[in-house]
Amino acid sequence: MMRDLVIIIFTAMLVNNYVLVRFLGICPFLGVSKKLHSAVGMGLAVTFVMLLATAATWPIQTYVLSEFHLEYLQTIVFILIIAALVQLVEIVLKRYIPALHRSLGIYLPLITTNCAVLGVAKNNISEGYATFIEAMANALGCGLGFLLAMVLFAGVRMRIETAKPPKCFEGMPITLISASIVALAFYGFAGVIDNMFL
Amino acid sequence: MLNAILPAAVCVAGIGLICAVILVIAARFMAVREKSQEKELRACLPGVNCGACGYPGCDGYAAALAEGTEKRTNLCIPGGDAVSEKISQMLGVEFQDTVEEVAVIHCCGDCEHAAKKADYSGIQTCSGAKMLYGGEMACTYGCLGKGDCAAICPYDAIYMEKGIAHVHAPKCVGCGLCVKACPNQIITLMPDTKREVIACSNKEKGAVARKKCTNACIACRKCEKICPTGAITVEENLARIDYDKCIVCGKCRTVCPVGCILGGDHSGRHRFSEDNRGGRE
Repeated sequence: MMRDLVIIIFTAMLVNNYVLVRFLGICPFLGVSKKLHSAVGMGLAVTFVMLLATAATWPIQTYVLSEFHLEYLQTIVFILIIAALVQLVEIVLKRYIPALHRSLGIYLPLITTNCAVLGVAKNNISEGYATFIEAMANALGCGLGFLLAMVLFAGVRMRIETAKPPKCFEGMPITLISASIVALAFYGFAGVIDNMFL
Repeated sequence: MLNAILPAAVCVAGIGLICAVILVIAARFMAVREKSQEKELRACLPGVNCGACGYPGCDGYAAALAEGTEKRTNLCIPGGDAVSEKISQMLGVEFQDTVEEVAVIHCCGDCEHAAKKADYSGIQTCSGAKMLYGGEMACTYGCLGKGDCAAICPYDAIYMEKGIAHVHAPKCVGCGLCVKACPNQIITLMPDTKREVIACSNKEKGAVARKKCTNACIACRKCEKICPTGAITVEENLARIDYDKCIVCGKCRTVCPVGCILGGDHSGRHRFSEDNRGGRE
């Protein structure tokens, strides 16, 4: 059981990394990765929202949508729930951790429409995680993977700042190219996890 | 038909309703009571976030004023008297006059008069150039000419001409961002009136300074001698003006052999908007 959960977490984090392998949630990945501090904050916020979203959407899918054969409503219901959750998180953050709320700024509301969060909620169902615990483990792995990608890429971007690429590559182009190279590196994890915990 | 739609509609509406109720409850119980005064005060401030008031940005100053920890309403130099007046009214305290200031550049060693010692092709900023043997100019005291001050100025009041920075005083509000940006510290803030300015920062001996820049102060003391009020003194091979004594007679300007004393009107934006409203902008 424990071994299964660890495999789920590491698979979601490294092999199926949402940003670098599945290319979901690219907007905050490129938008907030300029500084390590805000990258970590954003990564933690997304992880938290992913866990919350899974905690809310998995039971709803299993006990409401599947029960009444309304699976086709999955997307719209999940978006609804995630939007409400993010709003709730924002209210709570503003009240209790105003410093974090300020530093996340516009990106917190943007998590609402972050496809990585919706992707986690939908993949939990489509990949067929049988129990709530497994779905939560997957969400945790995805969140940690997002955090890892953000932190790694923040480091890469700090190096790019001081590098002098050709004029036509300055700014976003060189950022996208380096993102693709980091993504290539992550493809190296394919097949590693299954053998890691034998 | 209806049998197919109804459960779906009820389901989505139900979930939406539950979410809405939770959000309403959360908003009711965890609402942050923002001090409305802080918001109003913040709206009065210009929003340059220059830090001239000594607080981290306009938000910080507004918060300190709203909290009551800050009693001085005249700290916002870019805002000037107008902002001070508004804040005073809002807080119900007596109006405090703001000392309007403008930035003044103490260097006139442009590319026609100052000698170069190297060609710098690194990162094109003053702070970058400064790191490599004090920049490409022979004089390491003067303007580095890469325009860090012009880049940081939120009011476009500084322009680069002939390799050195100039302040277009009618646009300057005296926020002091350029003062902090200049790695050679050749920019100072001064109350904005007509005045003489020593446009040189070189502290080397006359002969050495002269070789590096024909506009450099050579500490000949002519200005010191002619000044009728004794406002000018030469310290560390550089003339200085005591503005408490200076009467802006302009005599120093006429005798200066290198022409590094500049006169003229340093009226900033505040004065222009006070004197002839809308006249110059």
